[in-house]
Amino acid sequence: MTKATERAEAARYLGAFVDAGAQPVETAILQPAETLLDLYGEDIRARAFTTHGPGGEAMLRPDFTVPVVQMHMREGGDPARYAYAGEVFRRQALRADRPAEYLQVGFELFGGDPAVADAECFALFHGVLSPLAPRIQTGDIGILTAAVRGLTTSETRKAALLRHVWRPRRFRTLLERFAGRVAVPPQRSALLIAADPLAGAGPEIGLRDRADVMARIEALRADAAEPPIPATEVGLIDDILDLKESSDAALQRLRDMAVDMPAIEAAVAGLGRRLEALDAAGIAPETLPFEGSHGRSTMEYYDGFVFSFSARQRPDLPPLSTGGRYDALTRVLGQGRATPAVGGVIRPALTLEAAQC
Amino acid sequence: MLKLGVPSKGRLMEKTFDWFGARGLTMVKDGGEREYSGTVDGFDGLQLVLLSAGEIPRELAAGRIHLGVTGSDLVRDKLAHWDDQVEELAEMGFGHADLVIAVPSFWVDVDTLDDLDAAASAFRRRHGFRLRIATKYHQLVREFLTWNGVADYQLVDSQGATEGTVRHETAEAIADITSTGETLRANHLKILSDGTIHGSQATLFRARNAEWTDEDRELLARLIRKID
Repeated sequence: MTKATERAEAARYLGAFVDAGAQPVETAILQPAETLLDLYGEDIRARAFTTHGPGGEAMLRPDFTVPVVQMHMREGGDPARYAYAGEVFRRQALRADRPAEYLQVGFELFGGDPAVADAECFALFHGVLSPLAPRIQTGDIGILTAAVRGLTTSETRKAALLRHVWRPRRFRTLLERFAGRVAVPPQRSALLIAADPLAGAGPEIGLRDRADVMARIEALRADAAEPPIPATEVGLIDDILDLKESSDAALQRLRDMAVDMPAIEAAVAGLGRRLEALDAAGIAPETLPFEGSHGRSTMEYYDGFVFSFSARQRPDLPPLSTGGRYDALTRVLGQGRATPAVGGVIRPALTLEAAQC
Repeated sequence: MLKLGVPSKGRLMEKTFDWFGARGLTMVKDGGEREYSGTVDGFDGLQLVLLSAGEIPRELAAGRIHLGVTGSDLVRDKLAHWDDQVEELAEMGFGHADLVIAVPSFWVDVDTLDDLDAAASAFRRRHGFRLRIATKYHQLVREFLTWNGVADYQLVDSQGATEGTVRHETAEAIADITSTGETLRANHLKILSDGTIHGSQATLFRARNAEWTDEDRELLARLIRKID
């Protein structure tokens, strides 16, 4: 495959997105590192190429979503549809068999009714990729976060769990601890009842000072007084994460679960409306797989509907296409404003490979 | 001709020479003290290349040397997908050091990575930036913290005197090599109970990317019989 064929494949998808009403946009290749670091944390350094520009530390564009969202939040009015095609750069792929630079084609839709917008976006990707007969996965991070918000526990614990929704290992550790399934180490119990917890602890050094330590001890004391999250509720979270069915069956299961956990009712109703809109767009829910944990470990800014398309014959390849809803990201980047947003990307180099199977 | 990269100075060099010597391979530096090549008595076809231990991973990855002795921590930190590039032939039993995460001893609320993560989250809220961890082992530390789901931290580069960065307020915590923990204690730092990232020791590596002729392979097989 040459760069020219990859570019032609990208142009083909871009053309399809423009035909669907999207306005083609460009973004800078050099992106301010600060924004990306604030969003993704230190992990982004393992994935993006970092360099120094006149304005300080910069990164070679690891994806288009962030600059496109910034542009829309600055200038755009809802609803708006954008399409783009261009290089992205990924350091994590620094091995002989994975390219560090490849083309990405994307479509982003801001505003509109979320269920209808989700269906429009998904149907567009579904349409252009269907000649490849890809494996399809969908999910909904919003159902999991609604379930967490509905737990019978303190706001602090909910916030800690929500902070780690995209880090399954840490999420599990926290959930087990909050459910009272992990014994409190004796050293910790002793600390929480100590009259002067800092006695003999050594000199106060560094910027994290006594006030920080005491505030955390207070938080730990409050947390120790918190009753464990009931086992039935932990069980419901597990049921959501284990869910793997066709979308219509998943919707039924989730409606049943909502009887025990009313907090997920609105999110489940949203799934129902999305499936209706998809059905109207010609995608039958009984043909659409749904996984409760899809998108948790790889798609960190998605907070609602998530989807991916993979090459059936090539499980070794990364997904051909991924996407989802990222309303919260628009709030983070929108300086006080927020708007519903959904979008996705295709990697033309991979669709070309998949087409050869 | 097999090229073997060995540390060019200090205790690591002496211990390396001792280790091969104990296996009947006497290493001899060429010429005066300033020469950076040598030979091995009793083993024809093996050429010594004396290098800084920190450069040996890169030379192995580039295939400019066939074999090399260096710390397993350096290989893991400096080479992306290190095990695709080099193979561990022998752990040599010296140069022991642990790469650990350490925090001020007076952080009585922080004993584990779980605590560090919670402290980092609160720190960012109060101080407005991500909690700084000083280190020179960026890749190893980042991979470890990512795997363990720690967020809201940043790595700041420190190429020396890392233990002093907390006192000087250029970092809140550190990730550094320690053998006895004495320097950490002297600087009022403690190791997190689950904060050991890697137990390092001097290791003999084989470069997968070097050019391996049939003759080289034969020499290597003979060498391995000697050192096993």
